[in-house]
Amino acid sequence: MVILWSRLSSMKTDLYRLDIAQARNKLLKKEISAPELVRSCLERIHQLNPKLNAFTYINDSAIKQSEHIDSSLPLAGIPIALKDNILSAGLPATASSLVLENYISQYDSTVAKKLKDAGAIIIGKTNMDAWAHGSSTETSDFGPTLNPHNTDYLPGGSSGGSAAAVCADMCIAAIGTETAGSIRQPASWCGITGFKPTYGRVSRYGIIAMASSTDSPGPMTKNVSDAALLLQIIAGNDSQDATSSPSDAPDYSKDINSKISGLRIGLAKDYLLPGMSGQVISLIRNAAADFEKLGASVEEISLMDPQYSIGVYTILQRSEVSSNLARYDGIRFGKGRDSFAEEAKRRIMLGTYALSAGYYDQFYRKAQQVRTLIVKDFEKAFKNVDLIIGPTSPGTALPVGASKNQPMFGEMEDVLAEPSSIAGLPGVSVPCGFIKGLPVGLQIISSAFNEKKILQAAYAYQSITNWHKTKPQL
Amino acid sequence: MKKNWQPVIGFEIHVELSTNSKMFCGCPADHFSKAPNTQVCPVCLGLPGALPVPNAVAIESCVKLGLALGCNINTSSKFDRKNYFYPDLSKGYQISQYDQPFCYKGKVSLPSGKVVRITRVHMEEDTAKLQHGELDGQKVSFIDFNRSGVPLVEIVTEPDFDNARDAIDFLKEIQVIVRLLKISTADMEKGSMRLEANISMRQEGETALPGYKVEIKNVNSFRFINKAMEYEIQRQTKELESGKTPAQETRGFDENKGITFSQRLKELAHDYRYFPEPDIPPIELDTKLINDWKNKLPELPEALRKQLVSRGVSQIKALTISSDALRIEMYNKLIQNHYDVNKAADLIINCPSDLLNDLNKIIDWDKTRQSKQVDLKTIDELVNRALKENPKVVSDYKSGKTQAISSLIGSIRRQSGNIDAQVLKEVLERGIKNL
Repeated sequence: MVILWSRLSSMKTDLYRLDIAQARNKLLKKEISAPELVRSCLERIHQLNPKLNAFTYINDSAIKQSEHIDSSLPLAGIPIALKDNILSAGLPATASSLVLENYISQYDSTVAKKLKDAGAIIIGKTNMDAWAHGSSTETSDFGPTLNPHNTDYLPGGSSGGSAAAVCADMCIAAIGTETAGSIRQPASWCGITGFKPTYGRVSRYGIIAMASSTDSPGPMTKNVSDAALLLQIIAGNDSQDATSSPSDAPDYSKDINSKISGLRIGLAKDYLLPGMSGQVISLIRNAAADFEKLGASVEEISLMDPQYSIGVYTILQRSEVSSNLARYDGIRFGKGRDSFAEEAKRRIMLGTYALSAGYYDQFYRKAQQVRTLIVKDFEKAFKNVDLIIGPTSPGTALPVGASKNQPMFGEMEDVLAEPSSIAGLPGVSVPCGFIKGLPVGLQIISSAFNEKKILQAAYAYQSITNWHKTKPQL
Repeated sequence: MKKNWQPVIGFEIHVELSTNSKMFCGCPADHFSKAPNTQVCPVCLGLPGALPVPNAVAIESCVKLGLALGCNINTSSKFDRKNYFYPDLSKGYQISQYDQPFCYKGKVSLPSGKVVRITRVHMEEDTAKLQHGELDGQKVSFIDFNRSGVPLVEIVTEPDFDNARDAIDFLKEIQVIVRLLKISTADMEKGSMRLEANISMRQEGETALPGYKVEIKNVNSFRFINKAMEYEIQRQTKELESGKTPAQETRGFDENKGITFSQRLKELAHDYRYFPEPDIPPIELDTKLINDWKNKLPELPEALRKQLVSRGVSQIKALTISSDALRIEMYNKLIQNHYDVNKAADLIINCPSDLLNDLNKIIDWDKTRQSKQVDLKTIDELVNRALKENPKVVSDYKSGKTQAISSLIGSIRRQSGNIDAQVLKEVLERGIKNL
């Protein structure tokens, strides 16, 4: 008995390492209990958060919440971390800004509600660039999150807390939000799987708006099959979000292991930027070769220069931000406008200027026109290929401090995610190698609402590679 | 030769719709005399993360009103954000319509024959209500969000009026149309119909708009807006004649003193930084649906007036019936009950107004009135005689002392007691106008 107990307890101490499918399996077989799983993650969070600062709020009452969970639910007892711009009633929602430092969510976002209805346990809220303005998590008013692979480096952003939490096994899975790169880029820098669904596939209701016309919540997970499981729960039409797609979400996990032979993949040669590290390019070419091994055909294709997206995105996003942040006037909730930090102020001012009388046509309208061109460019490309691959980010994680005094830092680091975000397309980032101990991300993009195809290709890729299993030394 | 100064007047009319729910959320839209902040949710409170979902019934009401006002309908439309700061605006912007309103370029014909051009009819949301008071000895403002997000239709006219009387006729006509469509109670005193008049003056014969305009806001009755316009016309004329240009400003109306007063100067046009509301996809309206709504519109006052007159009903009778939504409705019901046009018109006019809301009561009253009946011809005769015999009353009335006619009402009713005072008042007023 004594031996058995010690084996059992040692086995149970690293339950945090499990992915959703494994955890669910053990819970169903009653090898572990939901409170044990939750406790394991909470202990891991308390151990690592002082070092990584991935969480802005740790939900210690999660253990109690997991005690009477209905085990028949699809995510029964699975600890999930939410980016801190996603509302979960009764929990703080700060968007990592001092303005909302003491704000408690008054209601559930649709994403949080769906997760909780599926039995998931919200284990905490994760750090982010304040208001999701950035790609480093360094603009958080509560200090930067650090990259678990090397704490001298940044995790990327804006969903850097969620990416680091998944990478460091502080939760079983997490939810992030992407406006242009904010799921995929931190997933790339932290070496996890980050899935950005088609705009409108997952409801935005209850998510603190950044750029309303591109915001997309999505799963950040340890592997592709978990991304499919989580996407299944949060996807679908929502009567509270007028921009949510009325179409039903397909079964994402069904046939996820289908062979991808015959799949036509385009390697976006314009995404292999001049000045990009040769090592990144060769890792991407290796991934392309892996897809060929899996029976897919890979050809180099030409897309519009991603640099154009920076201008479009900057105008549209700043404009929407300047309006979306107007409600934070400190009259009814939150702190006053003087609590906004530099980056938010900069964006509010730029957006206000771009929308001003006389400038609207020159900036906003023009940006919308170019956006249409980008959409058409992708439509043209997807006539010849099923999927497009390329690097997620121009390089590996940058060192702490890199975003300081770089107002366009986010746009430069997200340049390869911005075109598809602006076009509303889905994409995933999966790890495809390491350079000096830091992960490199491969992104796979499809036409709108073709999430299933991306998941199948990414799943096939992870079935013959082990990059996603490479864990940081912590 | 010195020319006369002539007013240039246009209106913005806000009508709160009586839909079940608010414009962008499920909260009840009827906020009148409800306990403060009891009909609110994350959406109308503008809480973080909340999103608007447009109310289809409200959009239908807006389009129907546009159709009734002879507007073209934009089959492709959208909502826009109008960005400005005010404590009663929960999101820091109002969801409104900018360059693609649901309805545009309409016209309304008044009984006088005047045609008023409608610039646009668009859909937006109401703001919260501010109440200024005291709390623990400190002056504070309370905000009631029950009204926040209530559907609001805005009707904008061209500056087509050159006198207050036409303006009042028009405003009353709008109220009748709104009530006929049953899209709003259009009660001025409850704020469900709100008027803003833009008034300036130019010299007779000029066609260009004056270089300034004065906006009069928050006037809650036809009587007061009439007084406010008359006062403003005199005030501005005086200023212009002394060589000054009146200031571009917003003015309120003091009901007790009967004067307008400056509220805030409006030297620069506000920059509202309009842009398409990204939370609501563009709205496509089906032409078939629009035609269907158009075909099902009730008979409108202008058409009814023409029809009645063409069937031999007197102008005065036709006007009296068409100036009240309930009378029009009941008239139509009588026609459906196979009443003859003249008989129905006569009945509607003579029937005491407290019976008007019930068709059966009207019919019963008709059956029992028998010989006691005073027909409209008699009323006309009595009125014409009274007006001829009392020129002082007529001139007093015309100079703004509208109370003067109450003496005529009294004396006519003493001669023939069976005439509804309200009807008599209206016939008298029309009689004076037609003198």
